[in-house]
Amino acid sequence: MPHIELRDVSLTYDTPSGRVAGVAGASFNVEQSEFVCLVGPSGCGKSTLLNIIAGFLLPTAGELRIGGKPVTGRDIDRGIVFQDFAQLFPWRTALSNVAFGLEMRGLRRPERERIALEQLRLVKLEKFAKAYPHHLSGGMQQRVAIARALAYDPAVLLMDEPFAALDALTRDDMQRLLAEVWHRSRKTVVYVTHNVAEAVYLADRVVVMSPHPGTVKCQLSISLPRPRDPLSVEFLACQKELLGHLTRPPEP
Amino acid sequence: MQRVVPAAALPRKAPTASAWRAVASTALPFIVVGGLWELAARLEMFPPRLFPSLATIAATMVRLTASGALPLHAAETLVRLLCGFLLAAGIGLLIGIAMGRWRLAEDLALPLVSMAAPIPGIAYAPLFLLWFGLGSASTVVLVGFVSSFPIILNTWMGVKAVKPVWLRSALAMGADNRRLFHKVILPAALPYILSGVRLGLAQAWRILVAVEMLAAVPWGLGWMIFGAREFLNTDVMLAGVAVIGGIGLALEKLVFKRLEEFTVVRWGMMT
Amino acid sequence: MSTSADRPRSRWRVAAALIVIGALYEGVARSGTFPAALLPTLPTVARAMADGIIDGSLPAHALSTLSRVLLGLAIGIGIGLPLGVLMGRYRPVENFVLPLAGALMPIPSLAWVPVFILWFGLGNAAAVAIVTYAALFPMLLNAWSGVRAVNPIWLRAGSAMGAGEHTLFWKVILPGSLPFLIIGLRQAFLRAWIAVVGAEMLAASDWGLGWVIFDAKEFLRADIMLAALAVIGLIGFAFERLVFGSLERATVLRWGMVRAQEP
Repeated sequence: MPHIELRDVSLTYDTPSGRVAGVAGASFNVEQSEFVCLVGPSGCGKSTLLNIIAGFLLPTAGELRIGGKPVTGRDIDRGIVFQDFAQLFPWRTALSNVAFGLEMRGLRRPERERIALEQLRLVKLEKFAKAYPHHLSGGMQQRVAIARALAYDPAVLLMDEPFAALDALTRDDMQRLLAEVWHRSRKTVVYVTHNVAEAVYLADRVVVMSPHPGTVKCQLSISLPRPRDPLSVEFLACQKELLGHLTRPPEP
Repeated sequence: MQRVVPAAALPRKAPTASAWRAVASTALPFIVVGGLWELAARLEMFPPRLFPSLATIAATMVRLTASGALPLHAAETLVRLLCGFLLAAGIGLLIGIAMGRWRLAEDLALPLVSMAAPIPGIAYAPLFLLWFGLGSASTVVLVGFVSSFPIILNTWMGVKAVKPVWLRSALAMGADNRRLFHKVILPAALPYILSGVRLGLAQAWRILVAVEMLAAVPWGLGWMIFGAREFLNTDVMLAGVAVIGGIGLALEKLVFKRLEEFTVVRWGMMT
Repeated sequence: MSTSADRPRSRWRVAAALIVIGALYEGVARSGTFPAALLPTLPTVARAMADGIIDGSLPAHALSTLSRVLLGLAIGIGIGLPLGVLMGRYRPVENFVLPLAGALMPIPSLAWVPVFILWFGLGNAAAVAIVTYAALFPMLLNAWSGVRAVNPIWLRAGSAMGAGEHTLFWKVILPGSLPFLIIGLRQAFLRAWIAVVGAEMLAASDWGLGWVIFDAKEFLRADIMLAALAVIGLIGFAFERLVFGSLERATVLRWGMVRAQEP
């Protein structure tokens, strides 16, 4: 049974000029421990879909199931990392931020801090446990955000263009780190990006979306062996293929 | 908007030549103005009773301190300030938070607060005196009432201005409404709350001095200054004004700076 | 976030809230728990206001108060604005004035009333002097901040396009510091308003809204007090919305330098 199932999911908005479909009839599955990227140009509804999976938005039509059960809103079985690095709570140290989800779960302090420190170790920031977010660089803050989203062990990790605001060198490092972390934790990941190379580097499968209205255009499996070499011939071939799918006009 | 820091309030480095220069340049304006004043006073350009020399003012300050009168009045005023301010903070925080949390509270309170706030606090003084009579208690209530407005408004704004990304992250991590409020919304609103509390204290100080002058209560710096009018004791007045200024400055530097440094500055949250 | 659909709904809410509060007040006033002189019913207050307007006394007092405010404001701004701008432009001026301002600012303007009464006598001069003092500091500091906050990029762009010192000042620095200047004007007005009411109460000058309130205490006329309070509030509100609001709209809002506040 697939871990996440979307069937004909649609979201329409009411605007002064009438009803606008943000997403129309999106259907795809995500298997257990799979890393799926949602890729598409602006306005294709990929972030909207992510928010629907996260439970922040309710679809106006269609069905969403996680683990076989229909989704009716937010729950702690999903962790989310946003693009904005100011998503960390500035009044808490890095450790305390990561421990937040555990606090909500009711764990006692020594236990929370132990697990949180483990998570920070995974993202190689254990030395900065006592630092406040504003002392950390953008890349470091995003790493803490990832640790925070993973700490309370959600079954699914959702990421909304988390590295888009970082410089290219940091971004490369972060992608490598994320691939490592995923490999170790084997979470199911849904990752939104508009960056083709990033999608080919990270994903098992890419769901290509087209805008106006947002629909699933096609899906592409990436079967390159890991760890992936972005400069290899095979990688570039995959990139070319994905780009082709993205830019090809949608079927009528 | 940049924070305004008087040059005199900048932290002192280890005494080096440049540090001495800095001290000298801060002192210069006072020396110049003080010198001009002294000159005008000694030349008796105005009746000496009305325009006492700095020496006279200093001597008066010493005299009043030695006799215990100045400390007594200052203490009275400070006690009233503390009570009034605590009252304002208590009411202000409660109402501000309620307004931020519950739409109904906001709907009821906001029109009242917006209407009452722009009215100068001191305009309420005779009304309060009429309602509650003369005495320390009604002074404290008035001060509490008037200085609660900046606290209410800033607290309310702070609670409403919490970044959505923090709310979403916390909700995704399983926070329920109550915990969301205590662990996310309140800390996030802290810079605004502190701002409001600071304004509230300044407001309380200003109106307290004015109310004491309206002869509502005996004793207190405002009463002392106003009373000195009877005997044309300008030196007493100016000594009192200097003390008032000094206390105002101390409040700002000692109380608020510390509080800010311990919280919002440490967290990098200065607005 | 409010959309245009929200605004008429929120107006209804405000109106409803005011009616509820008004009704509560009326209820308490009529219940007789407090003497009628201390807690007059709303119609009584309205009548006091009407009487005051008809016999011309209220407008006269209001005018008197307003003229003191405007005069004091004019002088305060006339000194504070140029001085603040000079402080922002020239380091030596800043070094001289800032410590003095820092020392004088913590002193409430009304604390000077007794001193000013001795120096200028009871009446207009003392009141205007207090207003000037009150309006001076916010204007000074905001003008100073405003000049310092002018984005250096604008200055560089301007001089790259051939603007000289003089031109830069009038065409870049002044418009660039406008958001702060407007804040300064607003704060100066607020402080001036507070100062004038207080000064009128303390300087016992026979005219002005502040004096009206103070005098009404002697005769236990809470209805006159509340009427005068309402007038004070209305004038302040009108100034805020009409004068400063339209100034803002015509300049900094239109230029996108400042975001409009949510109502």
